[in-house]
Amino acid sequence: MSWRVSRAVEETNRRMLRARDAMDRAYARPLDVATLARIAHVSPAYFTRTFRATFGETPHRYLRRRRVERAMFLLRETDRSVTDICFQVGFGSLGTFSRTFHAIVGRSPRGYRKQAPAERVPTCFMRAWTRPSE
Amino acid sequence: MAMFTAITHSQIYVLDQDAALDFYVGKLGLEVNADVNFGPMRWLTVNVPGHPERQILLEKPGAPALSEETAQQVRELLTKGATGGHLIFSTDDCRKTYETLLGLGVEFTDEPTERPYGIDCGLRDPFGNSIRFTQPKS
Repeated sequence: MSWRVSRAVEETNRRMLRARDAMDRAYARPLDVATLARIAHVSPAYFTRTFRATFGETPHRYLRRRRVERAMFLLRETDRSVTDICFQVGFGSLGTFSRTFHAIVGRSPRGYRKQAPAERVPTCFMRAWTRPSE
Repeated sequence: MAMFTAITHSQIYVLDQDAALDFYVGKLGLEVNADVNFGPMRWLTVNVPGHPERQILLEKPGAPALSEETAQQVRELLTKGATGGHLIFSTDDCRKTYETLLGLGVEFTDEPTERPYGIDCGLRDPFGNSIRFTQPKS
């Protein structure tokens, strides 16, 4: 690969990382592709394709897993209601939340809460390592 | 008897060492400890002011230490935020430091937030490295 192409790849990676950081931070807000593409300074179509090539999954799936990870945290560490948690992490409906949670985690939100222990590890590591796979 | 007495150096990768100086010294306020041209390599280390016993090596991936192909892989991982080497600093005032750095254009990933262990926040250097700083619970 020529050095010019390498620089372009690195620059693109760094922009995708910026958008991914925005999802990690602002997951509770309605984040659409247009907003994320703007953060990355690329077009929406280019963004989705390139994010997936860079990180191995679509932005939508990454955001979904981040929201579920946050829900898992709140279920473990607080006694907020499942409905409150659903909206707090950015889902638009309880039905979608429960279905998505169950599909990813393999248990209902209530079931997960019953079984989860509390953990004490630096936040960034917890976020990275308790993120559920799909 | 313990075999070691301290950790003195750790390393992170950067894409460009002058840009790294602008960031780590110019913005984060670290001190240059060593900046030596060995010929094949520029040995550049920084430390927290007043603490030269704990240095961070700012290394640019490349020949002769790495083949160009490997160096390219490192640069790609670095810019995806996947090279590890997370730096965590302590601070006396997390919120004040955050405001100062925000004013300097530093890119934050996490705003100051209360945790069980204190108040901390997260940022990225221009290259993709992850950095945090924590105001410990007194």
